[in-house]
Amino acid sequence: MDHLYFFLTGLTLFFTFLIFATIFYFMIKYRRRSEQERPPATQQSLPLEISWIAIPSLICVFLFLWGASLFFAAARPPQGAMEIFVVGKQWMWHLQHPEGQREINQLHIPVDVPVRLTMTSEDVIHDFFVPAFRMKMDVLPGRYTSEWFQATKPGSYHLFCAQYCGTLHSGMTGTIEVMTPTDYAQWLRDNASTRSMAESGQELFTRLGCDTCHLADGSGAGPVLQGRFGKQVTLRDGQNLAMDEAYTRQAILDPASLPLPNYRPVMPTFRGQVSEEQILQLIAYIKSLGSGERTQVP
Amino acid sequence: MSTAIAEVPVESRMHYLNASYGIKSWLFTTDHKRIALLYLGSITLMFFIGGAAAVMMRLHLIEPAGALVQPETYNKLFTMHGVIMVFFFLVPSIPATLGNFLVPMMIGARDLAFPRLNLLSWYVYITGGAITLYALISGGVDTGWTFYAPLSTHYVTTHVIATSLGVFINGFSSILTGLNFIVTIHKMRAPGMTWKRMPLFLWSMYATSVIFVLATPVIAIAMVLIGAERLLHVGIFDPAIGGDPVLFQHLFWFYSHPVVYIMILPGMGVVSELVTCFAKKKPFGYIFIAYSSLAIAMISFFVWGHHMFVSSQSVYAGFIFSALSFAVAIPSAIKVFNWTATLYKGSISYQAPMLYALGFIGLFTMGGLTGLFLASLATDVHLHDTYFVIAHFHYIMVGGAVMAYLGGIHFWWPKITGRLYHDGWARLAALVIFVGFNLTFFPQYMLGYLGMPRRYAVYPAEFQVLNVLSSAGASILGMGYLIPFVYLLWSIRYGPVAGSNPWGAKGLEWETPSPPPTDNFEETPRITEEPYGYAEPEHAHV
Repeated sequence: MDHLYFFLTGLTLFFTFLIFATIFYFMIKYRRRSEQERPPATQQSLPLEISWIAIPSLICVFLFLWGASLFFAAARPPQGAMEIFVVGKQWMWHLQHPEGQREINQLHIPVDVPVRLTMTSEDVIHDFFVPAFRMKMDVLPGRYTSEWFQATKPGSYHLFCAQYCGTLHSGMTGTIEVMTPTDYAQWLRDNASTRSMAESGQELFTRLGCDTCHLADGSGAGPVLQGRFGKQVTLRDGQNLAMDEAYTRQAILDPASLPLPNYRPVMPTFRGQVSEEQILQLIAYIKSLGSGERTQVP
Repeated sequence: MSTAIAEVPVESRMHYLNASYGIKSWLFTTDHKRIALLYLGSITLMFFIGGAAAVMMRLHLIEPAGALVQPETYNKLFTMHGVIMVFFFLVPSIPATLGNFLVPMMIGARDLAFPRLNLLSWYVYITGGAITLYALISGGVDTGWTFYAPLSTHYVTTHVIATSLGVFINGFSSILTGLNFIVTIHKMRAPGMTWKRMPLFLWSMYATSVIFVLATPVIAIAMVLIGAERLLHVGIFDPAIGGDPVLFQHLFWFYSHPVVYIMILPGMGVVSELVTCFAKKKPFGYIFIAYSSLAIAMISFFVWGHHMFVSSQSVYAGFIFSALSFAVAIPSAIKVFNWTATLYKGSISYQAPMLYALGFIGLFTMGGLTGLFLASLATDVHLHDTYFVIAHFHYIMVGGAVMAYLGGIHFWWPKITGRLYHDGWARLAALVIFVGFNLTFFPQYMLGYLGMPRRYAVYPAEFQVLNVLSSAGASILGMGYLIPFVYLLWSIRYGPVAGSNPWGAKGLEWETPSPPPTDNFEETPRITEEPYGYAEPEHAHV
């Protein structure tokens, strides 16, 4: 991306210089020397017009393709990226590692490992922005967004909220601590959590009574969840959906909107009973029950 | 420095300023020229209020921890700055003042098609402005001028309703003005004033009016929906009650991107006039400049999504909006190249209006080219919502639109008031503004690249040097804006009499006395020649 940036900077300088130089040259060469002088009639030139339409157009097509291809690559996280879950709320960042470590306004990650963030917000729209990684993505309430990056140098980097989110918007900042693999392993041990996210999810799953219907042997009132995550789900109206994070979240909060064939719509909504962080834990648990191929959050 | 404070003989000629006296003759006037002056007064007031907010923000940002106010107040300041400058200064700036004054005169008409509607639009503007000012004074609002939901509909406790009501009402004044211009340009051109004989300023006003009429209703709808969700808890934008926050962004930018062209197109029109006049040349590529205005107006409706590349909008939508955003750069580039080519072999003089026009071309070029960084998807991901964006759009709106506005005011001031201002002071002011502007906003490009997000009341210490530079520039810029205010007012009373055509300019408005009579022309003009006949022999010895 920086190559594109510097190319654009060069282009800007070139054209700015071109225009400025031409204007200054004309300004001096054709300054009015006497009030009586009469400039010649303006010549029109179609070839000139066409060339200064065509050349910038070609440059623009080139720039578009370059920018778009980089963007496309950046929107697709690589397989097997390390997962981090992010919940933004006025005015702090809650982050959780799959192993259960929780952090606030701070994220420890190993260097040279792709990291994929699954993000949502408890309230308004935020934006997870790490200038050093040239990466930002809005964090919205009511849906999951994701971004990924791969740090190339250990160190500590700014984390900013880039989407204006109210009074202490400029205080919603933090640091990304990029560590060498050994330091990171040490950090994980030092901050070992008693429970991984999936284990917290499992506990919630039991406490909320999910396990009374979602039985593993298929005899319950709800569908089997084992081995389902990432697979296709066919709704009663024939619509096919992938069972991804967003689907699972919706199924927990608004099950009536996802009627399944062969099951009566008896599941109550859990809206208001679970926080966004708890939903992420439930998802982590359901994922741990086995999954199909990895899916991407749109 | 010898300002000739010669006693000007009392003019016996009747014109629009002395046709009648008293406050009522102004408040109930239907004369487009007087309404233009009513607008001029009100938007100048708004400009200084919005400018005061900017000054306080720049003062505050001198220190990383914030030198002046609490974050809450800072948020209110930038909201106030944005709301006032966008809706109550930049949008009406050139159209409602110079446009109102010049559209009928340039086509040889006595007034706009709907003079009373024109007066109504000023009252609508004043009502919207008064409500908004009330909201800002009685406690302020801290949503940003973008009113993003659900922050604006649920989470803030400030005067969102009153502000959005003010913006909603003000929208109708834009629509009425746009409607009036479109009908006037279609139906009231003097005999012989064909479309291709119209001054380029009119082409740009026409393109602007189309955007006024088509885009403004959408912001009105967005404001109503904000009110409905906030007051009645109808779930439109807030996902907690079943809404979609990205929908608001689509509605908002569907207006607020075209609105950028409402600000810049009139400026381009003004500059087209100034460059030809002070180079004594027919514009190079008249038809290309004219049609590029229409092209910009049209494309402007299809690029709103470039504000939303990282909003969770789909990747493929991002592709389309990025490509279209690059497309809008082409007609803008056409204009810049044509203006430059117009200078070629001209006879260029450097009175104050020309300095503003040249300043516009330079700053607009930089603002436009940095727009490419933001149209390009990959770079926008990094630069979005940083100071880079702030710098970019201030180069367009302040370096572009405001420079052109001031250039236009200086150019037509002798026509409007019948007096000349002091050219030396005016040139000095143009220079101070140019320097101050660059010092204010150029460092912000660098801040943005380094990653400083916008709307931050406090910031990491490493950004301080560039912020101090920017604040220093702002103080010069602020000074620069005060100078014209003083000498222009001075000239109304003490300036030398201008005569009907002090610049040796072409165009119908220069063929009638300054200030013009209430009916503009003694008799309806007939147009028999092409516009901008600067090279015609009979004018060689003027």
